[in-house]
Amino acid sequence: MPEKKFGNFTVEVDENGYLVNMDDWSEELAKEIAKEVGIELTDKHFKVIKFIREKIKNGEALSIRKIGKSGIVSIKEFYQLFPDGPLKKASLIAGVPKPAGCV
Amino acid sequence: MSEKLKKVSIICSKGTIDSVYAALILANGARMEGIEVDMFFTFFGLDAITKKKMDKLHVATVGNPALSMPGGIPFPTIIGMLPGIEAIVSAMMKKEMEKLDIPPVSEFLEMITASGGKIFACKLAVEMFKLKKEDLYDDLDGILTVGEFYERAAGSQIIFI
Repeated sequence: MPEKKFGNFTVEVDENGYLVNMDDWSEELAKEIAKEVGIELTDKHFKVIKFIREKIKNGEALSIRKIGKSGIVSIKEFYQLFPDGPLKKASLIAGVPKPAGCV
Repeated sequence: MSEKLKKVSIICSKGTIDSVYAALILANGARMEGIEVDMFFTFFGLDAITKKKMDKLHVATVGNPALSMPGGIPFPTIIGMLPGIEAIVSAMMKKEMEKLDIPPVSEFLEMITASGGKIFACKLAVEMFKLKKEDLYDDLDGILTVGEFYERAAGSQIIFI
């Protein structure tokens, strides 16, 4: 697996740039990854990211619908927080694998 | 890698579950990738944005040779003709979709609107079926002529379902 530098962090990533080990993640690292995709993280972003990490840890597949029903953000807000491919970008920043679902 | 798709214009012309979901999944999937989306519902596809019908769509149990029973046993057309069978098969299909986290049509349309996708009805078909604006999906972005559809579709890929 290739390694990638985000700010002061060097982590193992897959061919799509997603973290290989969820445990390599930290809030500081998330900020650096987000910078690379043009997003400045707010508390709201972190709430969504933590929700995503929790779901993935529990082995649940993610969907836009589930995020919309999380009670944290509406689907509209989710698209505003992570423009141009929200689930992919949020997963990337959350340090979890690339989403595999179609909905 | 070749250049990313910027916009798709999806025409939904049929009102069966399979056709409508193909259109909705492609539209929602495009938004998930950051691709702009226009959906244009015409002819029987209008059922998918007609409030009274959108969550009651059926799959065709007659004239659908690809339909099979659970386990892959062929579905005889003569059974598909029996009263109530189409509703039962359709309900089964919707239940399977829910298991995969695929929402009902009304919720799917709301998801697409929330994501920034646009939903349009075809003017000629709306007139033909004598529908009024209030019969249609609340967040409809407009009723378009074919010409207006093409104007909006400029530079996009057009998908006909």
